[in-house]
Amino acid sequence: MTLAWDKKMACAAEHADLLIERMGNNPLQILIATQKAFNHVSDDAICRVASALGLPLSRILGDVEFYSFLSREPLGTYSVLMSDSITDWMLGSRELFLRLCGNLGVSPRVMRHDGLATVGKTSCTGMCDQGPALLVNGTAVANLSDDRIDAISRLMEKRIPLAAWPDEYFHVESNIRRRDWLFQDWRGPILEGEALLQEMTDAGLRGRGGAGYPTAKKWASCRDAPGGERHVVCNADEGEPGTFKDRVLLQHCAGRLFEGMALCARIIKAKKGFLYVRGEYRYLEAHLEALLAARRDADFEIELHWGAGAYICGEESALLESIEGKRGIPRVRPPFPVTFGVHGMPTVVDNVETFCAAAAIAAGGGREFRSLGTAESCGTKLLSVSGDCARPGIYEYSFGVSVDRILEDCGAGNVLAVQVGGAAGNCLDASEFGRKICFEDLPTSGSVMVFDRSRDMREAALNFSRFFAHESCGFCTPCRVGTEILAQAMEGISAGRGSGEDIAEIGNLGSILRASHCGLGQSANRAVLDMLRKFPEHFERGVN
Amino acid sequence: MKTISLDGAMVPLAEGQTVMECALAANIPIPHLCYLPGFAPHGSCRLCTVKIDGRFASACTQPAMEGQHVEIDTEELRQVRLSLLRMLFVEGNHYCPACEKSGSCRLQKAAYDEGMLDLHYRPWYPNRQMDASHPDVLIDRDRCIFCELCVKASRDVDGKNIFGISGRGIDTRLVVNSKSGLLADTDISAQDRAVEVCPVGAILVKGRGFEVPIGKRLYD
Amino acid sequence: MIRLATCSLAGCFGCHMSFLDMDEKFLALVERVEFDRSPFTDIKSVGKCDIGLVEGGLCNEENLAALKEFRENCSILVAVGACAINGGIPAMRNRFSMDECLAEAYLDGIGIENPQIPADPELPVLLKKVCPVHEAVRIDYFLPGCPPPAGAFEVLLEALLKGEKPVLPEKLIHYD
Repeated sequence: MTLAWDKKMACAAEHADLLIERMGNNPLQILIATQKAFNHVSDDAICRVASALGLPLSRILGDVEFYSFLSREPLGTYSVLMSDSITDWMLGSRELFLRLCGNLGVSPRVMRHDGLATVGKTSCTGMCDQGPALLVNGTAVANLSDDRIDAISRLMEKRIPLAAWPDEYFHVESNIRRRDWLFQDWRGPILEGEALLQEMTDAGLRGRGGAGYPTAKKWASCRDAPGGERHVVCNADEGEPGTFKDRVLLQHCAGRLFEGMALCARIIKAKKGFLYVRGEYRYLEAHLEALLAARRDADFEIELHWGAGAYICGEESALLESIEGKRGIPRVRPPFPVTFGVHGMPTVVDNVETFCAAAAIAAGGGREFRSLGTAESCGTKLLSVSGDCARPGIYEYSFGVSVDRILEDCGAGNVLAVQVGGAAGNCLDASEFGRKICFEDLPTSGSVMVFDRSRDMREAALNFSRFFAHESCGFCTPCRVGTEILAQAMEGISAGRGSGEDIAEIGNLGSILRASHCGLGQSANRAVLDMLRKFPEHFERGVN
Repeated sequence: MKTISLDGAMVPLAEGQTVMECALAANIPIPHLCYLPGFAPHGSCRLCTVKIDGRFASACTQPAMEGQHVEIDTEELRQVRLSLLRMLFVEGNHYCPACEKSGSCRLQKAAYDEGMLDLHYRPWYPNRQMDASHPDVLIDRDRCIFCELCVKASRDVDGKNIFGISGRGIDTRLVVNSKSGLLADTDISAQDRAVEVCPVGAILVKGRGFEVPIGKRLYD
Repeated sequence: MIRLATCSLAGCFGCHMSFLDMDEKFLALVERVEFDRSPFTDIKSVGKCDIGLVEGGLCNEENLAALKEFRENCSILVAVGACAINGGIPAMRNRFSMDECLAEAYLDGIGIENPQIPADPELPVLLKKVCPVHEAVRIDYFLPGCPPPAGAFEVLLEALLKGEKPVLPEKLIHYD
């Protein structure tokens, strides 16, 4: 260690005190800031945060060891995390990762001896339409190629600060390929209160996060729930591999999102709202902060709350725990958030797309919304399309659109399989491309990943099973242990040393995983089972 | 009177009861580990998984409701319980012959009850830290099943708040609320409820060596 | 005659001792079975057998070879005792590196004279980790216990000799 480094460490703890002063009482947000300032959260900083907030040490340590963007060990001046989604793999991320490690002379996850860099991997960063991607000190760099990796390596070796890197590296495309109802500029007289709830009910608005609960019913339940201070929470923690529509909505429609949250707040009488954004989208911070600062609403304040690398926090009750600054462990339900949400108070938690749709309905979009879609699924849905296709990006369709149609529009040919709903979703083979995106057939938060006939579906199965093992919160036995057993079995099969028993085991794990505490474990082998059933020949290659 | 069907038996249910509480009151056994009457239900071990109207649920956390049809002792659920127990055994290091708790261990007893003869899965042999720093109390993390009973007992009964859970996924671990992370730097005592509630041999009182002869232990 | 083989891999022969604890019933057993490889016969390699009982886990190459030989030759293979089933006490070395284990045993331990790590080519190569037998071969039945009680051997063999699936009563299932 250099002398300068030691000095920096010494002031880290003091700096933690400053951060506490500046950032209020949320341990997670303080820890994220500490990590950013000092490339780790030292044991001393953990103690100081705990004592300043009057919390047990284990609460703070628990956060540091739970969220994957926080680290007790110092990371390099440049902390690089390569996005490890299956779509990144398909675009060559694993080769680029090795190239970067080679360029810098580092082993994965081990800081270089001079403290220059630490290079690791992270779950899908939501840049699937412009991958491979990485995060450097929390900021996204997309469209990676050999050249770009080499250039980045040189910048790091010269210790050029990120601010002086070429702007184009940090450019993120929106790639909106198809606009429909949601992207229209609805400007009618704004409906409020009961009239809005009625309009949302008439329009048939259901939650866009995937579960599809009627939104007006949720808002009304929260309004009618006993309890004091209420909260509105927007879930922008889209961690499902292959999903990136919330990123685009935050970029283009944040104003409408805030309107939707405010409309909800006025109905449920909330004074405070939280926008929980996944840490991977940190590059949006300035944009969102500016829009929030420009809001003129003295009665309803919206606070930005950042995630720190935990897929499970997309589960609404884990997200609430995270907002309270705890480890993201899903709560026992019931009670549901509408009665027992942030700090035990009635809370509405909805997806970005849902709030945007509610605001559009309030501004006169209701009638048209009702006319679109299917009987059970009104309106439109944003789909995030990635993988083997000519035009990856965001597509807005009326519910009921067939997979065939999507494939045609995005320029996918010679398609072997389509994964709908991300790692937790379903894998379709060509015989099922007539199926429709809607709550009646294929409910989804919008991830559509295309695999052409050159692909080995073992890769996808391996990627997804590793993903779940990495993202399991560890609370319940079946998910904590079962996802790891699943991943080990897939590793064996992928390495060509699997057995028939491994394949049987993956099937057996299904009923055990269904006993999990939350949806993560319950759906952890759904896609892998689909792939095994539909593409057995791919898996037999890896079995002795 | 409101009733609930437990494996076909109609059992009365009181307002606010969970399925587990109904079953216990009616003397219908549902295997469980992390649940202990007197503490808030946790729902982490999932051993009390039952099928309620066709859906898996943990009996200890699920509110009992009029007319529910609960399956407990079915072949499917026996298989699930057996697998869960095997999972708990392979993820830790459970060497019963060398464990002071053997014979009085709820994990071991549950495995006997389910007729577990083998591990089925590959054992992981994790490398977990032991804490023998305290003169009277020992933590052997190899045996911890993350039921959090010690966390709750220490916080809510002993009023000391000595334990917590940290980490994620398979790196989940029991931690101690002291700057050193060691038990020696806490005010734990061998008489604490937190020590007594440990269902396995993860938290043990020191200075006792296999005091109760085989055959006379709690579950012998 | 039913042919029966037994062996102890990384075990302590305690399971074999418990097997003999059948006492007079053992005499009735030898009327019905012929022992192949076993410490009882001192036969060193296993021939075609109906039943194989394997005590102990795998800690070296020789264990692995013996286990595979048993699997190839025995129609029914039974893992006997805690070590065969989960590695048992020998597996407690898994938390240490091989170097640490050897140093403790042969170099730095208390009371060691002429410290040196044995390197005779006759000695089997140690496996990096001790592991249970089901990791290497398919196992048909498991008899838990440290050791399994004599009664468990009786139940097991009684059923197998009748061609039935053994079912251990709960009082014969224990892990210590």
